Amino acid sequence: MDLRYARNIGTFTEAEMEALLSKKIGIVGCGGLGGYLIEIMARLGVSEMIVADKDVFDESNLNRQLLSDEKSLGLPKAEKAKNRVAEINSNIKVNHYVGEVNLKNGLEIFKGVDLILDGVDSIKARFVLQELAEKLDVPMIHGAIAGWYGQVTTVFPGDRTLDLIYPSDVPDVKGIETGLGNPSFTPALVASIQCSEAAKVLAGKGELLRKELLYIDTLNQEFEKIQLRP
Amino acid sequence: MKYTVKLFATLRENRGKILEMEKSGKTSIREITEELGIKADDVAILLLNGRDAKLDDYPSDGDTISIFPPVGGG
Repeated sequence: MDLRYARNIGTFTEAEMEALLSKKIGIVGCGGLGGYLIEIMARLGVSEMIVADKDVFDESNLNRQLLSDEKSLGLPKAEKAKNRVAEINSNIKVNHYVGEVNLKNGLEIFKGVDLILDGVDSIKARFVLQELAEKLDVPMIHGAIAGWYGQVTTVFPGDRTLDLIYPSDVPDVKGIETGLGNPSFTPALVASIQCSEAAKVLAGKGELLRKELLYIDTLNQEFEKIQLRP
Repeated sequence: MKYTVKLFATLRENRGKILEMEKSGKTSIREITEELGIKADDVAILLLNGRDAKLDDYPSDGDTISIFPPVGGG
């Protein structure tokens, strides 16, 4: 086992670590959540990563997006993500896509992945991801943030959990982040929990937040596990 | 009939965390949220005694209604 993974052992057995190092993952969004998802998964170790984002960095990203810095303003986020992974862990093969992921291109871009991590910034885009993950027949690890609040759930094909956690009869619904913004600490927390879910899916251990939503309130430090049964 | 309404995240602003409400006669959850000034768009997860519910459901005496707003940023 490569020395870089030595401190993963104990948390994971050597066999589980070998399993992680054979997996290919897709990360959609390289912004607030995405920056942390990419950093954490690159350090954890996987075989391949596909990262996608349509945007370039601007100054308003600097308060929270791990991949952003003053030198990167104007650079495509997905390109920066690829370069960052190469700096951390050059064993990982990374493909990047600069553009919006939809159902048509998504099937090609994310072909062969073992799971999709959600780092997108709208509810509408998340429904596209849920559909895409279902078509790819892989789990999607959903995370979302708004101010002091965040949520995580793991959606398997057929679960359609997002239908239960967003108002289904309101077209183009906006979340409370519209009024709250996003500070630096919430994406780090939510992305960490998403990556622990991803690691368990990939290594095949532990209990997942399946048909359950972890609703996080850091203003009151309340962590509410909501059972979701249609 | 008495209901307990538990509010989460931004829905607590100017309302509080746990509200005890008393209504005479059959009342839908929608009527309760309207009285509290909570828009349908702000009801992402709605639970009646911890189970998934709809705005048009009618709670019974002593029931607990929990309401969570949508979180959608990234």
